[in-house]
Amino acid sequence: MYVAVKGGERAIENAHRLLAHKRRGDHGVPEVTLDQISEQLGLAVDRVMSEGSLYDRGLAALAIKQARGDLIEAIFLVRAFRATLPRFGASEPVETGAMRVQRRVSSTFKDIPGGQILGPTFDYTHRLLDPSLAQGFAPEAPATADASTAPTPRVTDILGRDGLIESSPRSEDGASVGDLTREPLNFPADRDLRLQNLARGDEGFLLAMGYSTQRGYGRNHPFAGEIRFGEVEVEFFAEDAGFAVPLGAIELTECQMVNQFKGSATEAPCFTRGYGLAFGQSERKTMSMALVDRALRARELGEEVRAPAQDEEFVMSHSDNVQATGFVEHLKLPHYVDFQSELGLLRKLRREFADAQAPEAMKEAAE
Amino acid sequence: MNAPAYNFAYLDEQTKRMIRRAILKAIAIPGYQVPFASREMPMPYGWGTGGVQVTAAILGPADVLKVIDQGSDDTTNAISIRKFFAKTAGVATTTATEEATVIQTRHRIPEAALSENQVLVYQVPIPEPLRFLEPRETETRRMHALAEYGLMHVKLYEDIARFGHIATAYAYPVKVNARYVMDPSPTPKFDNPKMDNCPALQLFGAGREKRIYAIPPYTQVVSLDFEDHPFEPYRFNAPCALCGAENSYLDEIVTDDKGSRMFVCSDTDYCECRQAAGHHGSLSAAPYKDKAQGGANG
Repeated sequence: MYVAVKGGERAIENAHRLLAHKRRGDHGVPEVTLDQISEQLGLAVDRVMSEGSLYDRGLAALAIKQARGDLIEAIFLVRAFRATLPRFGASEPVETGAMRVQRRVSSTFKDIPGGQILGPTFDYTHRLLDPSLAQGFAPEAPATADASTAPTPRVTDILGRDGLIESSPRSEDGASVGDLTREPLNFPADRDLRLQNLARGDEGFLLAMGYSTQRGYGRNHPFAGEIRFGEVEVEFFAEDAGFAVPLGAIELTECQMVNQFKGSATEAPCFTRGYGLAFGQSERKTMSMALVDRALRARELGEEVRAPAQDEEFVMSHSDNVQATGFVEHLKLPHYVDFQSELGLLRKLRREFADAQAPEAMKEAAE
Repeated sequence: MNAPAYNFAYLDEQTKRMIRRAILKAIAIPGYQVPFASREMPMPYGWGTGGVQVTAAILGPADVLKVIDQGSDDTTNAISIRKFFAKTAGVATTTATEEATVIQTRHRIPEAALSENQVLVYQVPIPEPLRFLEPRETETRRMHALAEYGLMHVKLYEDIARFGHIATAYAYPVKVNARYVMDPSPTPKFDNPKMDNCPALQLFGAGREKRIYAIPPYTQVVSLDFEDHPFEPYRFNAPCALCGAENSYLDEIVTDDKGSRMFVCSDTDYCECRQAAGHHGSLSAAPYKDKAQGGANG
């Protein structure tokens, strides 16, 4: 009834109290701690850090707990907090070639300098539910060896030495990196903004878009040149000191796809690149991102733009899950004013339709 | 992990300055969509983040804020946004249209005439009036630049050919200052005439789409139409059941499962003021409240 909309304020408060109660669940079950989330649901934390664009395991774990495990909600919480943080500059480019790799695989060469390192991976596990995990489970200690001092050069750099793959474009000296969280996005967008958009983009969306290129919607013949996961140093150029100072280390996953070659009368044919990078261990995300990055380079590489994954307005406008979920879910807000207007129009059209039908029916009856 | 301390009206001063510059540009070019670096707000995109950012950027400590959704001060999202500013800016809030200096709205323009010392801030989901005719931003920006609005007239004409009327009931496109075609936000077309020559400044914020646009005070705003099919505002032809108003926009309330309806003002403040002034409608007598309770039990 009409008066029911009154008292909305108390209803909201009560709804939030109930939410907090539900979040805690059965009090007989111990409360989950942030350390438990960070340590035992580490890949969820990685995803929230990546798509939340904020490298902080503690805050990501808190967001996951607060969001009751809803990762998009957790990403939203992290983003809203991030938006309030001051910016004091951009780091130096991280040197992923100097990564302390925990995992590193290439599908383009059987062996590579530094070796293939499987590291922690679900690959080759049989996806059988493991009842032993249902209760206290103490895993075997991992196998260890002395840390290798051999360098692990990037596979694309090895290809690049022979000119077999296009060189990565050098950044212009002094040119600042775009930031779509600080400047409104305009199309066409440069690759720095495209990569930023993809790095923040929804894993599921990128997975589907990347997958679509493999199924022929903007096919670009990819090979996983290399996927590496490990720790890199982050450095910041301090104006006062006059040199780059280390800020700390972060874990990253990097994927370099080696794609179909291009060439022309004036240029020798060479492979092209697709690039993916994410916080933590996020292989699905970085591989998808690399496929979509390559697809979005269609314009730059003179390819016909036909498939959704090649269309930067389509991809970049719909990749952000915080934007998408907000707009999809806003449909549950009241729309009754517009609906009323639409209802009025529809009733009028139906009345006119009925009036137009009526004389004909009478005519038929007379015949 | 310290609890962060937030600035007056939540946004930092740099961000507010950036938004104010966009607002000034928008006022200088009435109806033109100015891109701005929309921030992630602590409420979801699509729930008024654009309006909230505009309000945050223009709000001063002496302002009195009113927030409405569907014309009502009591809808959940309006309450949520009002509380947000009461908390982060400590400004006075009101439900009375005439007391407010800043009114943030979703889907309605208040019935009471606005004045020169008021600002109306609209929440906008899709700022681009041409979006559903041409999905590409690169194309629509070009069309605006060239004032190439033929596509919109073709769409309206096709409506007439198919239905006998322009089949747009809300978010009805307008032309501002004889130049830019503008989306009035999804207000019912009943409200369109109120935008024309309005003494109050009208600001439009689209957070997710990162656009701000404006109608300066006393600016011409014309709803698109044809000479032989002039613009007609829609209103259900009945008086408000609570205050008897004959000229306000009405909500249709379904009162039982047997097809009974009542029609009441969507602008709750307007309706309450009229009732306080002694106006009443067919259902506004004492039994009304009893009926309401009966409905809740049933």
